[in-house]
Amino acid sequence: MDRVNIPFKWQEATGRSQFISDRHFDNLLEAKLFRSTCARAKILNITLPKLPSGYFVFGAKDVPGRNELPIVLSDWPVFASSEVRYLGEVILLLVGPDLKELDRLAKLIHVEYQQLTPAFTPQDSKQLIQGAIHNQDAIDDLKNVFDRHKLNKGDLAAGFSQAEHIFEESISTGYQEHMYLETQGMVGYHKDGKVVIEGSMQCPWYVHHCISTVLGSEDVRVIQTPTGGAFGGKEDYPDVLAGALCVAVQRLKQPIRLVLSRNEDIAFTTKRHPINFHYRTGVDSQGKIVAMDVKVDINAGAYLSLSGIVLQRAITTCTNVYDIPNATVEATAWATNTVPSGAFRGFGSPQTCFGIETHLNHIANKLGLDAAEFKRAHLLTTKSKTLTGADIFGDLVLEKMYAEICESSDYHAKVQAYRQQDRGANKLSGIGMALFQHGCGFAGDLEDTLVKAVVRLVKDDNDEIEIQVSNTDIGQGLSLTFCKIVADTLKRPLSSVRLAAVDTQHVPDSGPTVASRSIVIVGYLLEKAAEKLTDIWLGCTAQSVEQRYSKPDYHQWDQQAFKGNAYQATSYGINVVELEVDSATGVSEITGLWAIYDVGHVIDEAVFKGQIDGGFVQALGYGGLEVMTLDSEGRFQQTNMADYVIPTALDVPKIHSSVVDNPYQYGPQGAKGGGELTHNGGAAAYCAAIECAINHPINAIPVTPEVVCSLLYGKKSGLESMTQEEQGHENQL
Amino acid sequence: MKISFKLNSELVTVDVDPLQPLLTTLRDELHMQAAKQGCGEGECGSCSVIMNNLMVNTCLIPTIQAKGAALVTLEGLRDTPKGQLVINALLEAKGVQCGFCTPSMVLALYHLLDNRTYADITPTDKQIRQALAGNLCRCTGYGMIVEAAKIAAKLWGEV
Repeated sequence: MDRVNIPFKWQEATGRSQFISDRHFDNLLEAKLFRSTCARAKILNITLPKLPSGYFVFGAKDVPGRNELPIVLSDWPVFASSEVRYLGEVILLLVGPDLKELDRLAKLIHVEYQQLTPAFTPQDSKQLIQGAIHNQDAIDDLKNVFDRHKLNKGDLAAGFSQAEHIFEESISTGYQEHMYLETQGMVGYHKDGKVVIEGSMQCPWYVHHCISTVLGSEDVRVIQTPTGGAFGGKEDYPDVLAGALCVAVQRLKQPIRLVLSRNEDIAFTTKRHPINFHYRTGVDSQGKIVAMDVKVDINAGAYLSLSGIVLQRAITTCTNVYDIPNATVEATAWATNTVPSGAFRGFGSPQTCFGIETHLNHIANKLGLDAAEFKRAHLLTTKSKTLTGADIFGDLVLEKMYAEICESSDYHAKVQAYRQQDRGANKLSGIGMALFQHGCGFAGDLEDTLVKAVVRLVKDDNDEIEIQVSNTDIGQGLSLTFCKIVADTLKRPLSSVRLAAVDTQHVPDSGPTVASRSIVIVGYLLEKAAEKLTDIWLGCTAQSVEQRYSKPDYHQWDQQAFKGNAYQATSYGINVVELEVDSATGVSEITGLWAIYDVGHVIDEAVFKGQIDGGFVQALGYGGLEVMTLDSEGRFQQTNMADYVIPTALDVPKIHSSVVDNPYQYGPQGAKGGGELTHNGGAAAYCAAIECAINHPINAIPVTPEVVCSLLYGKKSGLESMTQEEQGHENQL
Repeated sequence: MKISFKLNSELVTVDVDPLQPLLTTLRDELHMQAAKQGCGEGECGSCSVIMNNLMVNTCLIPTIQAKGAALVTLEGLRDTPKGQLVINALLEAKGVQCGFCTPSMVLALYHLLDNRTYADITPTDKQIRQALAGNLCRCTGYGMIVEAAKIAAKLWGEV
């Protein structure tokens, strides 16, 4: 395997990069997952067909170690044995030389189920029909609850007592599918006494830990192959593939390939969490928000996976970039019988951003105020306390960013013009703005207490330096930015620094590639390691240094009280979307996109521009195009890339973006996280632009042409307040 | 069934099920792996190649349909001066992120630039975006791929 990735992306651009499906393995066997066909049931019996020679089936009884995927909690089994909790849950793994024969054999497997009534939404889950899915033995209030937290700032009752107006509404967001272009896949084989898994993944040490748990052995090794996009989707789900595959590899000691088809990937891998928000907000006679009470219900799906962490980020960012003096947030992650919801770029923040931005727009409109100016009047300042009671660290440049984007997009003049447009025109114009922030790195103090990242620099006797970390380049450009950080610090040419392939046999555990922690945490450790190497540098001599994480002094977090710095640092952004809605079809054409960001200091402008454009467009898909709904059996109604539509080059214009330089003291070269931030505001800004164009409030995304037409010509109330599941049902009628 | 066609200017003959997707034939029989399977249903364009000077989705085309045709894959293009020009432009614009769709993007840009009526006029944003609309990218947001087309267009006459 190639261990060098310089020049940057040359292999990818010339088609030489070998993704897992491109790699050759002698004597390769194929594998296929056999999955549950119902959403909630007890398994009474499994009948297998007679297997031809060379074909094998593996299930729960074949697991040598523990039949569990160790993702935060170990509630998700590798192979379901006594019950299934979602349609598509893995029950067996079939292995053999020919994939078509595996398909034939899979059709001959008979599972006898005792079906139970499934819950598909938090509302269903609360009803505990036929008992709880999760936490059966808990007191009623905690049944089906994966996680619950409450935050409080100030005095809510005192705040509401000052209110002259109280606004109350529900807002919801739906599923989003990652739709990385390369589907999930891996190959396992036996080498030097170890079970080795190679594949498309974000977090090889997670997979390493997983197969070690499942096999009950430390003789395991995991290698990341070039990964064709992830966006969070290859954080948790690779464990599902690897957990099953490693059992077969250990037994058969032959290379086995497990690559999901696109249909299988869409149907059964994790998605962005659907969230229902309920806001109750008090505004005083001066137009100031004095109290805000937020209830958050998250559809976590059948197993916890990363929902506790998504919940934590969703609530700690619940009041966004605003200083609300009195606020409470109560949030619950509910167990349902759907595909487990998982990590997705932003990790709960795009949902909370859509919720509060939309809610504040509605309040401003009802008060007859300009929405952007209403928000500006509530911006955090350096004197503010965050929702979790911490001081703001560093300088805030929100006012400057706001002024700049208003000017570059001509926001205020356009809002004025569009307010007065002829509502009966064929084309309706709209413009919308969203402000947002993103906590960099893990929430709370997990970096310090759990991850304990280690990075290593290894220099050979030619003074060539290898960076050894477990963070993966999944398209976000780490293979360049990490090299730049190290080369700049060492004052060595970029060509003398390379990033090692992520192989758990060679690289230390510098933590997972998640939560935009790669730059602000791992990049900073690399900068420190390079400084250390500079201090001891001996030319033409092999040397190596390691650097461990230690948290900055100002960073304090109390996990019990949920108080303190929810994140080590926070990045900020503002997006503006301008569009035209065809009033006959409801179809909108985006005519202008503007974006501005504070990510501390940008290490490579072109790499960050790639994140800006990619994140914004993915968020516009989330806001306007990407519909994912469940049928009555708990199956996603969208089954392929023809009916789950993502933006094409024609759906978006050029993005006018800029950054402000506001270096962060504890980031490499002053950098903070940026990759997830860029997805947080697009959907909210898109929805605001549609609201501006059609002059109707909207309470859910995606805002499809069907929703727009329904608002313009259909039932005047109802659809805008529906959850996405309900919209899907409505669309079927 | 034996099927012959021109692949990157060389005559090749394969002996496969005539209804086997051309993508499978290219990847498994002819080891042309730059074309990727992204969806298998003609939506994402990751599998596209140039066939008789048209961009086509090889996952949807039965191999028999390539009989007598002229096919260009990235393997055939990447070592040509114009192919390298497009690749370098894409790298310069940093229009490559995860890289899975990139081989098809190189072909799409090449096909656009190679088929202009007026080779000395840089295509408009809209023309470039139309040319790329059959090739999905989930990483870049397309802007830098559009820029790559402009960079390559300006240098096209020099190679």
